Amino acid sequence: MRSLQERFEKSKRYKASEEELLAFYEKMLLIRRFEEKAGQLYGLGLIGGFCHLYIGQEAVAVGLQSALEEGKDSVITGYRDHGHMLAYGIDPKVIMAELTGRAAGISRGKGGSMHMFSTEHAFYGGHGIVGAQVPLGAGLAFAHQYNEDGGLCMAYFGDGAANQGQVYETFNMAALWNLPIVFIVENNQYAMGTSVKRSSAETEFYRRGTAFRIPGMDVNGMDVLEVHQAARVAVEHVRGGNGPVLMELNTYRYRGHSMSDPAKYRTREEVQGVREKSDPIEMAKAELIKAGIDEDKLKEIDKDIRAVVAEAADFAENSPELEPHELYTDVLVENY
Amino acid sequence: MAIELKMPALSPTMEEGTLAKWLVKEGDEVSAGDVLAEIETDKATMEFESIDEGVVGKILVAEGSENVQVGTVIAILAGEGEDVSDASPVASPEPAAGEEATAPAESAPAAAEKPTAKERPADPEIPAGTNMATLTVREALRDAMAEEMRLDERVFVMGEEVAEYQGAYKVTQGLLEEFGPKRVIDTPITEYGFAGIGTGAAMGGLRPIVEFMTFNFAMQAIDHIINSAAKTNYMSGGQMRCPVVFRGPNGAASRVAAQHSQNYASWYAHVPGLVVIAPYDSSDAKGLLKAAIRSEDPVIFLENELIYGNSFEVAQLDDHVLPIGKARIMREGADVTIVSYSIGVKFALEAAEELAGEGIDAEVIDLRTLRPLDTATVLESLAKTNRLVVAEEGWPTCSIASEIIALCMEEGFDHLDAPVLRVCNEDVPLPYAANLEKMALIDAPRIVAAAKKVCYKD
Ligand SMILES: Cc1ncc(C[n+]2csc(CCOP(=O)(O)OP(=O)(O)O)c2C)c(N)n1
Ligand SMILES: [Mg+2]
Repeated sequence: MRSLQERFEKSKRYKASEEELLAFYEKMLLIRRFEEKAGQLYGLGLIGGFCHLYIGQEAVAVGLQSALEEGKDSVITGYRDHGHMLAYGIDPKVIMAELTGRAAGISRGKGGSMHMFSTEHAFYGGHGIVGAQVPLGAGLAFAHQYNEDGGLCMAYFGDGAANQGQVYETFNMAALWNLPIVFIVENNQYAMGTSVKRSSAETEFYRRGTAFRIPGMDVNGMDVLEVHQAARVAVEHVRGGNGPVLMELNTYRYRGHSMSDPAKYRTREEVQGVREKSDPIEMAKAELIKAGIDEDKLKEIDKDIRAVVAEAADFAENSPELEPHELYTDVLVENY
Repeated sequence: MAIELKMPALSPTMEEGTLAKWLVKEGDEVSAGDVLAEIETDKATMEFESIDEGVVGKILVAEGSENVQVGTVIAILAGEGEDVSDASPVASPEPAAGEEATAPAESAPAAAEKPTAKERPADPEIPAGTNMATLTVREALRDAMAEEMRLDERVFVMGEEVAEYQGAYKVTQGLLEEFGPKRVIDTPITEYGFAGIGTGAAMGGLRPIVEFMTFNFAMQAIDHIINSAAKTNYMSGGQMRCPVVFRGPNGAASRVAAQHSQNYASWYAHVPGLVVIAPYDSSDAKGLLKAAIRSEDPVIFLENELIYGNSFEVAQLDDHVLPIGKARIMREGADVTIVSYSIGVKFALEAAEELAGEGIDAEVIDLRTLRPLDTATVLESLAKTNRLVVAEEGWPTCSIASEIIALCMEEGFDHLDAPVLRVCNEDVPLPYAANLEKMALIDAPRIVAAAKKVCYKD
C-alpha cells in the first residue's frame, strides 16, 4: 500500500526543463487570472448562481493533468471545474461565455459554472452533486478498459466529498475490477465551512483506500513539480494495468467556497499565511528566476495572459444570448 | 378419519395445473413425505408429497387431467380400516350441471370500507388584540425549531453546516448557541448516511429534524425516506413510529442550473406513509413546522430559498401551531379558483390582483399540505367558481397540478364550466442562461392568461 509513496519519495520533485516549468507557470497563471476575472464579472452581475473559484489550487490540476494525454485520458470533477478545463487546454473564451450564460458557451449556456463538458478534450464535467463524479469516473475508466484504448481516468473530488458512501462503493469495484483510474482528493482543508477535522474520522485521505488495497499517495498540492512527479508515478502504475491509485493533494482555497461565503470559519491570518508561504505560482516564479530566467520575460507572460483573459471576458459579455427555442432543445437526443 | 388431498398451489401465483402422473394407486399405504403425484404448472413440474399417513382410498382426478383448479380434491386418504371407495368430493369447485354456479366465498375479495378523510380543524382563531410581528420566513422557521426544542428535549437538528456555519441558508441561525452541539449537529456530506441515522433515531424515540442543504441532495437519501421512514409504521403494524422531519429548500433558486433546481413535491406526495408540507408565508411556515415536529409521522417539509427573506405577519401566540392537511384561502373570489402552494402562491396572488383590474374576481387557495390533500376546500371553491387553474413551480407531468385536475374530474365534474388548466414550468431541465431560465419558470402573467382562458375572456 505504500509502494508508490516510497517510489515517489525517492525523488519527490520533477526535474523540469526551463521550458516545462515555464509551461506550468503559464497555465497556473492563466487559471489565476481567469478566476480573478470571473470573480469580477460575478460582482457585476454578469455571472449568476453558484460560482466556485479555483484560486490557490492551481498547481493541482496543472501538475496532474500535464502527466496525462489530453484528449485520450479522461478527466472528471465536481462543480469547481474551471481550472481543470483550462489545464486541459480548453479555450478560455467558451468557458467564460458559459459563465455568462451565452449561446457560445461550452455548454451552450445551459450548464453554467458547475456544468461544463468537453468530450473533445475528454473532459467529462462539471458535476453539482457532491461525490457523484467518483462512480461516474470509474465508469469512464471501465470504458477505457473495455475498449482497450490505453486511456485512464482521473477523477477529482473534495475532502468533503470523500465522506460520501458512493466513494467507497466505487473504491471497491475499481479495485475489484482493476480499473484504470486515479482518484484525486483535492484536500483544500474545508468543505464549505466545515474543516476536515470536523467532518472526518480519518483525515489522512490517502489512507482511505487501504481497505480496498488501493495504494495511496500523500502529495503537497502547492508545489507543481511535486504534484507532477507524483502524477507520473501514479499514471505509470495505472497504465501498467495495476489498478487504481488514490492520491491526496494537500492544497488550499483562498477565496470563499462560492461567491456567497461569509468565511467566518477561518481567520484572515490563516489565509494570508498560506498565500505568503506556499503560493504555487509564486513558488514556480521563484524557481524560474533562480534558473536564470529574465524577469522581463515573466512580465511579458503576465501581460499576455491578462490580454487572453480580457479577450475572453469581452467575448463572454458581448456574445449573444440563446435563441428562445433553445429552451426546448437538448432534452432528448431523438424524436419520438 | 378420511383426509381430502387437494390440488396444491406450488407457487404464490399458481391458480391451476395439470395432474401429470399419479405415483401411487388406490390401496397403497403411504407415509408422510412420500411422493404422491407429479403436478405440472406453466413454470415447472413439481412433486406432491403426502403430509399424512394412511391408505390411498380413492383417486378422484385421473392422471393427465389439465386445468385442475387449486383446492380441488384429487384423492382421499383413508385412515386405518376405513372404506372410502364411494367417496366423492365434498365441495367440487367444478359445479355439476344444472346447479347454480356460485363463486366460492373465499375467492371474493373482502370489501373494505375506505376510511373517509376526517373533518380537519380550521386554523385556530387568533384572539383579538394579539400582537402581530413581522418575520421573515427564515426567522419563522428558526423560531419554530427553537420553540419546539425548548419544549421537548427529544428534538434535535442535524445536517450539513447547520451548527457552526449557522445554516447554509441561515435557517438554523443561533440554534447552536442556544442548544449546544449535542442538539445541533454538523454532519459530513453524507446524505444517505445521516438521513438513515435520523430515521433510526426517530425509530428510537427521538424527534430529529434533518435538514437537507437543499432537497436536490435528498436524492442521495431518498431510499431511507421512502423505504425506511415512510413504510415502517405500516410494515410493523403500527408499532414502529418514525417521527422525523426532513426539511430544506426545494424548487428553483436562482441561476443554479438543472441539478440544483427541482421541485420534489409530487415525488414525495406520491408516497403513502409520508406527510408533505410546503408552506408559503411566515405564519404557515412557523405553525406548520411546529405541527410537523410534533407529528408522529415522517414529514417532508419543503421550503423555498427565494421566499426565505420575504416578510409576513405572524401572530405572537405562546403556541402558534396550525393543522396539517388543511388548505388556506388566501383571497376570496367568485369567478375563478387559482390553486397553488409554496412560491406559486406569490405568483397566484399577483395574478389575482391583475385579474381584479380586469374585472375577474379570483379566489386563491394555498394547499399548504400536499399529502394529505385538503380536497374539500378545493372542491368547495370549485363548486362556487366553476373554473379552476393550478399554478405550480415545477414540471407539469405527474405533478401536484395533475393530481388536482384528477380530483376535479373525479369529484367535481358537475361543477366544471371549463377544463381545468395547469400553469407549470416548462418541461425541460432548468437552463442556466438567464433568458432561458426566465422563460422556463412560471410567473403571474402566465397564470393571468390561463385564468382568462377558463373564463373565456381571452
Ligand atoms: C450531495 C450534495 N450535498 C451537498 C451539496 C452542497 N455542497 C456543494 S459543495 C459542498 C462542499 C464540498 O466540499 P469539498 O468536497 O471539500 O469540495 P470543495 O468545495 O472544497 O472543492 C457542499 C456541501 C451538494 N452539492 N451535493
Ligand atoms: Mg474541500
